[in-house]
Amino acid sequence: MASVLTVNALNTRFSTPEGAVSAVNDVTFSVDARESVGVVGESGSGKSQVFMSALGLLAKNGQAHGSVQYAGDEMLGMPETQLNRIRGVHIGMIFQDPMTSLNPYLRVVRQMTEVLVEHKGSTEQDARAKSLQALESVGIPDPAKRLDQYPYELSGGMRQRVMIAMALLCEPQLLIADEPTTALDVTVQAQILELLADLKRHHDMAIVLITHDLGVVAGLCDRVLVMYAGRIVEQGTVRDVFYDPRHPYTLGLLESMPRVDAAGDEALATIQGQPPNLQRLPRGCAFSERCPLAWERCDEAPPPLRELASGRYSACYRDAPR
Amino acid sequence: MLAYALRRLLVAVPTLFIIVTIAFFMIRIAPGGPFDRERAIPPEIEKNILAAYDLDLPLWQQYLKYVGGVLQGDFGPSYKYRDFTVLDLIASGLPASLQLGGIAIVLAVLFGITAGTFAALSQNSRYDYLIMAGAMTGIAIPNFVMAPLLTLVFGVYLSLLPVAGWGDGALANKILPVIALALPQIAYIARLTRGSMIETLSQNYVRTARAKGLRERIVIVRHALRGALLPVVSYLGPATAQIITGSVVIETIFDFPGIGRHFVQGALNRDYTVVMGVMIFYATLIILFNLLVDLAYALLDPKVKYEQR
Amino acid sequence: MANAGNTTGLVLDAAGMVQGRSLWADARRRLMRNKAAVASMIILSVIALLAVFAPWLSPHAYDEVYWERIQAPPDFAAAHWFGTDGNGRDMFVRTLYGARVSLMVGILATTVSLLIGVTWGAVAGFAGGRTDNLMMRFVDIMYSLPFMFFVILLMVIFGRNIFMIFIALGAVEWLTMARIVRGQTLSIKHKEFIEAAHASGVSGARIVTRHIIPNALGPVIVYVTLTVPQVILVESFISFLGLGVQEPLTSWGVLISEGARQMETAPWMLVFPATFLAATLFCLNFIGDGLRDALDPHDR
Repeated sequence: MASVLTVNALNTRFSTPEGAVSAVNDVTFSVDARESVGVVGESGSGKSQVFMSALGLLAKNGQAHGSVQYAGDEMLGMPETQLNRIRGVHIGMIFQDPMTSLNPYLRVVRQMTEVLVEHKGSTEQDARAKSLQALESVGIPDPAKRLDQYPYELSGGMRQRVMIAMALLCEPQLLIADEPTTALDVTVQAQILELLADLKRHHDMAIVLITHDLGVVAGLCDRVLVMYAGRIVEQGTVRDVFYDPRHPYTLGLLESMPRVDAAGDEALATIQGQPPNLQRLPRGCAFSERCPLAWERCDEAPPPLRELASGRYSACYRDAPR
Repeated sequence: MLAYALRRLLVAVPTLFIIVTIAFFMIRIAPGGPFDRERAIPPEIEKNILAAYDLDLPLWQQYLKYVGGVLQGDFGPSYKYRDFTVLDLIASGLPASLQLGGIAIVLAVLFGITAGTFAALSQNSRYDYLIMAGAMTGIAIPNFVMAPLLTLVFGVYLSLLPVAGWGDGALANKILPVIALALPQIAYIARLTRGSMIETLSQNYVRTARAKGLRERIVIVRHALRGALLPVVSYLGPATAQIITGSVVIETIFDFPGIGRHFVQGALNRDYTVVMGVMIFYATLIILFNLLVDLAYALLDPKVKYEQR
Repeated sequence: MANAGNTTGLVLDAAGMVQGRSLWADARRRLMRNKAAVASMIILSVIALLAVFAPWLSPHAYDEVYWERIQAPPDFAAAHWFGTDGNGRDMFVRTLYGARVSLMVGILATTVSLLIGVTWGAVAGFAGGRTDNLMMRFVDIMYSLPFMFFVILLMVIFGRNIFMIFIALGAVEWLTMARIVRGQTLSIKHKEFIEAAHASGVSGARIVTRHIIPNALGPVIVYVTLTVPQVILVESFISFLGLGVQEPLTSWGVLISEGARQMETAPWMLVFPATFLAATLFCLNFIGDGLRDALDPHDR
């Protein structure tokens, strides 16, 4: 299958007054056309920064090295004008907080039509008609009225629907959803997930879902990447990773998930300790301090991401043949 | 929107009333009258003078008469220049002051916003540091220091521009005063714009605009600038007050026939009616301008109308 | 910018996890790394020391008139390092006496404004409800007054007395302080750690001294350092117009005004006091900015 996004040896650093922060460390993966990939990790695991690096959306103090290709074109270091022909056209992105991700000073219609005017050269009229359609297709009630409202007049769920409609205007090959439900009420979360599942069925595009919630991934994704301290620690199909986790961190995540089928009196497991300081990552495995299975070798060098079976990766010495 | 404007106006009126009242009673409880310095006036003449200025009436009648006069734009006669009313003095100074202040505020807004935006967009570059160092200088060096220095350099040493005077309104005579008056405001607005621009650029909605693949110019002008300019707009109220205050000293330094000079002369001569009249006039101007600024803000930020119901 | 998705937020979070140093130690470290602020503190200390020891630093008195040396340029042989003024008085001593007045006005008027502002703001914040509303509305109204003219009016009415300057300035400069303190009080009043302290039986007075004051202190300190130059500026402004400090006592505003009149023939009369005033204002602004950055690292 052709891949839409190929990330190779990506490293992202932020320079801060307190020293350099390694947010993404040696990350390699690819996203195939029409597949949906979940990227799972705690906040600070670098899961969002991977895609910010790809789209040139890093904060000013951030610097990405390595390679990110869209359909064979290298995106890192690509001139802004060229990059703009990919962002918003071939790759759509929606963000965690729909409250702040829409411009509060512009009407919804303005924020939507400008995409079509910029990329497709549409007239303002055509763009308006298409925006109306797009709002309809994401299930916004009374879309004609919403079009002329300001974001603050919409509810959180509606704003996220606007964001999604906006990202889909140019029919992208890839939709990146960065924690699309985290900032929403639980009932609204379910509706948005439903909408994303619906999009996945009816659109010809790949979806990357960035989340800290394994449950979300299970319902929506084909494949999953687990990230910890800026590294991919496990990768595989959702089925494999959920039923046969190979990395102790993934195992910990799964065990700390509340399960409907668990016996009522079972205490929920948690992972002990704190994620490491990204400014001073340990020499060895970043998880070793919290890992119940750690041994001396873990503190020598970070375990490489090893292919266990086709498409199945884990970065743990416990899995490696001695 | 109209209701909003009306409500702001309703707040402005009592504010003005309070100013008039406080000013009036402060002056009347002041130790010593305005004519104390004129020695040995025969009692009849003194009585006539007091009557001419209504100073022989009971305090509350004086107050009512004054407020009534102010409502009709009459601030009474000057104590010092007996042939002039305060309104005459204000009217005679208005053209010069209006030009000086008007040009200064336009310059402050134009240059301040441009410099601030430029500094923010090239944050931490050499240009940014240069602009911010310049802004710090503009803020730290008061206009009554800047004005003589400018005169010394451009008027005395280089002989490029007139040192002082109105020159019948010649442009050359206005250049130095306007610059001296505008500089601190340019500096302040530049700093304000830079700060809020940097903050706006880190807002999520600007990131969204970039993620949509919009050109950088559109990202800045359409998405970032509006939010970044809101603090600048609300600073325009205080800026007017600053410009008016500054004009007092600038007009004195450059011997400009404006209202500010009358004010200073009035203050030095203890010419109470002039000091009070000009103060009320300035306060009205500042309050009106604040009102305009509030309305402009409401137009720019749709949330204001919404939150104010 | 509280959203976790924000990249700078992420970086700061990561940085914040490094070490659990106390806020103040952290702030001091950041301040000490700010070269402009440190240099400003040194220069300001020098000016302050010069001002304090002014009478002993020069053989001349501030009001001593040398008829034979009127408007004389700087002369090291006669120990007139900054020259003399139009009345033949030594400019060096007069500049330092100007520093005394300016710094004293700065400190005293700021103290007055601090006292009024903190009391007003804290009362409004704690009382809440209608009292708060009324008190802050008053502040709003005061804000829209052209306060410089108010100070001038006070000077005109009550005479040009230096203590009137302190009071007049302090009385109009407390507004922002009141707003800041009220905001801090309100935000702290409902913070979890205060409620936690309450719940765990800590006494009211102890909560105020141990929790509320230290937490409100940061913004207040920053604003105080920014009020001092403002007050100094206003005093100089008023004195420049001839409405402030009276002869033979002097202040930078008076000296600059005299200097400006003689600048073509005796530029030293303008340059020295102007430099001192500008340097002081620069330093105080830099220190204020530095403190703000040090105490609130989010605001860059």
